[in-house]
Amino acid sequence: MAEKKTTGAVLILGSGVAGIQAALDLAEMGFKVYLVEKKGAIGGLMARLDKTFPTNECAV
Amino acid sequence: MECGRHFNIEILTRTELLDIQGRPGNFRVSLRRYPRYVDIKRCIACGACADKCPQVVPETTKNLGSRKAIYLEHPQAVPLKYQIDPLSCLKLTENSCGLCEELCPTQAINFEEREEVLEYEVGAVILAPGLKPFDPSRVGLWGWQSPDVLTALEFEYLLAQSTRTNTPLRRPSTGNPVKNIAFLQCVGSRDLNHCDHPYCSTVCCMFAIKEALLARQRNARLEISIFYTDMRAYGKDFERYYQEASEKKGIRFVRSRLHAVEFCPQRKKLRLHYVNIEGRQVEEWYDMVVLAVGLEVPPDIIELAHRLGLRLTANNFAATSAFKPVDTSKPGIFVCGAFSGPKDIAQAVTEGSAAAAAVAEILAPVRPARQVSQNQLPQTIQGDQKPRIGVFLCHCGNNISSVIDLEALLTYAQGLADVVWAEKHLFLCSQEAQKRLQEVIRDKGLNRVVIGACSPRTHEFLFRRALREAGINQYLLEMANLRHHVAWVHPQFKEETTQKAKDLIAMAVAKVRCQEVLYPLEVPVMKRALVLGGGVAGMECALSLARQGFEVFLVEKSASLGGNARHLSYTWTYENVQYHLLKLRKEVEKNPLIKIFLRAEVVKVAGHIGEFATTISSHGRRKTIRHAVGIIAIGGGMYRPFGEYGYGEYEEVFTSLEFDTVRAAGDFRVKRARNFVFIQCVGSREPGRLYCSKVCCTHSIQTAIDLKKEDPSRRVYILYRDIRTYGEREILYQKARKLGVVFINYDLHGTPKVSKSSRGLCIEVWDHILHRPLEINTDVLVLATAIVPNPKVRELASLYSLAVDSHGFFLEAHSKMRPVDFLTDGLFMAGLSHYPMPLEESVAQAKAAAARAATILAKDTVSLDPVVATVDLARCDGCALCLDVCPYKAISPLEIEEGDSRVKKIQIDKVRCKGCGICQAICPQECIAVANFTLTQLRAQIRAALSGEL
Repeated sequence: MAEKKTTGAVLILGSGVAGIQAALDLAEMGFKVYLVEKKGAIGGLMARLDKTFPTNECAV
Repeated sequence: MECGRHFNIEILTRTELLDIQGRPGNFRVSLRRYPRYVDIKRCIACGACADKCPQVVPETTKNLGSRKAIYLEHPQAVPLKYQIDPLSCLKLTENSCGLCEELCPTQAINFEEREEVLEYEVGAVILAPGLKPFDPSRVGLWGWQSPDVLTALEFEYLLAQSTRTNTPLRRPSTGNPVKNIAFLQCVGSRDLNHCDHPYCSTVCCMFAIKEALLARQRNARLEISIFYTDMRAYGKDFERYYQEASEKKGIRFVRSRLHAVEFCPQRKKLRLHYVNIEGRQVEEWYDMVVLAVGLEVPPDIIELAHRLGLRLTANNFAATSAFKPVDTSKPGIFVCGAFSGPKDIAQAVTEGSAAAAAVAEILAPVRPARQVSQNQLPQTIQGDQKPRIGVFLCHCGNNISSVIDLEALLTYAQGLADVVWAEKHLFLCSQEAQKRLQEVIRDKGLNRVVIGACSPRTHEFLFRRALREAGINQYLLEMANLRHHVAWVHPQFKEETTQKAKDLIAMAVAKVRCQEVLYPLEVPVMKRALVLGGGVAGMECALSLARQGFEVFLVEKSASLGGNARHLSYTWTYENVQYHLLKLRKEVEKNPLIKIFLRAEVVKVAGHIGEFATTISSHGRRKTIRHAVGIIAIGGGMYRPFGEYGYGEYEEVFTSLEFDTVRAAGDFRVKRARNFVFIQCVGSREPGRLYCSKVCCTHSIQTAIDLKKEDPSRRVYILYRDIRTYGEREILYQKARKLGVVFINYDLHGTPKVSKSSRGLCIEVWDHILHRPLEINTDVLVLATAIVPNPKVRELASLYSLAVDSHGFFLEAHSKMRPVDFLTDGLFMAGLSHYPMPLEESVAQAKAAAARAATILAKDTVSLDPVVATVDLARCDGCALCLDVCPYKAISPLEIEEGDSRVKKIQIDKVRCKGCGICQAICPQECIAVANFTLTQLRAQIRAALSGEL
């Protein structure tokens, strides 16, 4: 049987900062990305922080 | 945020991964999507539903208050869409209510939605599920039942609340202001007795310091004590933050591990009882205790990993190799973020990019051709015609209309000069309103638009798109932020807010009147990369790019590839470095897309993203390489502590790497030795080099373990300041102590003293417990010396106009969100020239840099924002004040012929310029203008703002 064609799409499980960064980079390269998140919105733990160190910037 | 609008990303919320079948390049994944009961396409997040929803659900996290049964995940959620909690919604549980369905202005509520199983075909899978905070209620010891004992995340909410409402930080139990707070570190980490988590959670130390500082910012008299085991400030800029907190900001750090928090009902305070470093028993009373809880892998993720057959570590993290930090044990399935071990934001972001590179490597043959940029739509109406301005106002449900008198504002707007049309909408961002906007632009022949709604940060792209689709240039738009700048900030003054809104609209109209047509700058991209540095980082980066199908020039200063890794024998997980290094070198050398230049150095640089021209000098010959992107991975070096601890004076004193070499060679000084002393932090964490070198604790401990394993009767001492075996490295620390390695703490004010004795060397160190100096006779002294930046960093920085931090490492564009990008577009960094790091982090950075570079290389042109500065050469007198203030080094001197003489002027590189406007502000001739922020426009705005009062 002939080898099936490779699919140019990627599934990413989890939409914390790591998942989002991977999604953005792959999408910019032209790949189709499915970003799967258990919750109702993306962002993960970082979106739940108020400020980040060392610059005390707003996390969102 | 950006994610939500990328046309290549489909976000699937409330969805779980069930299974993955197939093989790399060809997976079939099945997902389960839970119903949201709200149509994402229709919901405009007006909040009318939640306003009236009768069901109040308390949040499970303390201090987060409550939400309704129909709710937003958080106010800035992406997608910003409501969802219904099926467990508390009255309609879904007892088939009553249904109020939201009636109220919703866009008919978005759909109670008929059902759970569904989705299937997708994908080429690769990335797992980035993250970790969850440890739940301290599982263990009764820390008094978590008391409302005044909070986890660090709960404390963050309390603090944010107090900042938002500008009220003092109050005790949840009594409501009285908090006077003192104790932070307990390592709750649920480094602990086998209470939670079976032997690892260090890596992030909690810095999290605690950050919160302590924020709390002090709220109240400068607040007394804060942090009870810690080892302060693990190992990352870039962490140590300085820690030192400042302890020395300048008055945070008290106590080295002691607490095992109990008791609430005393009589005193209504929390009692801490501990043993301090002098061995004395101490009792202290606190208003509030914050538990710096650790992180753990959520049970459903462990289950998923088992289902997929992934190899996990003993602590349920995804097992990876140092040389393949984002590969799981299953080909085609990758991992990034904390699932492969707890890590901070910067490292998680780096791994996100690295995983993207790993995927791109295997899917390179099917990488789709770039889609047509949306910016290239024809734009029929030009900006140089007589202004015909349209003003569109938004109620934003009642967000704006409940505060501002929109009727009055509309009448006012209609009366402004050149405004030919004005109207208002319930929701300007809704699909219907967007359609209407385009119709009005066409019908009324508008050529400029003012939107009075919310922030351009979130919505400008939407309105720009509407302008483009209506056929006018997208830059002929101005937004007045009536929601954030007016309605939300002072809702109590109705009359004044309407006046302020009028001023903002008048200013926007005045500005848009002189707005000019702009086109994105399209810069062509050469499909070629330059990698500087042939160490592991440089080689991994070059290889990743080559595997993705791009041509790479790899430039190395020395005569061979390999860099610092040539001196390492194994990683912290005992992988053989030399074996992997040889494999990597061979693969790089035989890859046809990689061209290697040895003994080569950069001598000249020109150009910008898309087309750099770097001249290298190799074997006395010069060669100019043209490339679209550059990755700088020039490594670091070892600090040689001449004059310290007898180094260079006594033959028994070595640096760590020297010791490895003599030991491997079977040197008699090691073979016959009975006593070994390691001194940590030599050259690190001290004035002038206020950073932690990150790898030395683990390295010394590994060597100590080896020495003990070879001969358990040897005596091995490690003199340390803080043991920083972060993540699962902590297990090595535990192992060393079990094997009998003696750990003695010293501080910067009492560094060990070394002298020669009849029996070898004598090390004198202050013993905190015995309160007297301790003398250790030793045969060998190993100094764990700092990693120092490559001196070439500064040279390259000036050639490429890059930023360098105070220690001489390269400075990234953003410490958290853009950890491998330079501020200059098209240039990236990896490895030790960024900061000291272990091998696997170098590899992750190298792959991340490759991914970031590939996002540019994959395109034929890069599109840049045209809001940049231009200079009027006729008026420029060449004073060059602008040169020094430009943070992007986009301005350079220029000499031109004027008649017979040559005169000095300046020129601005449009590609480098970011339109910040500092040059415009400083130019005494007023001859620099940032597009669409010209002085004419700013003056017109100011005049409009002041016209009401004058």
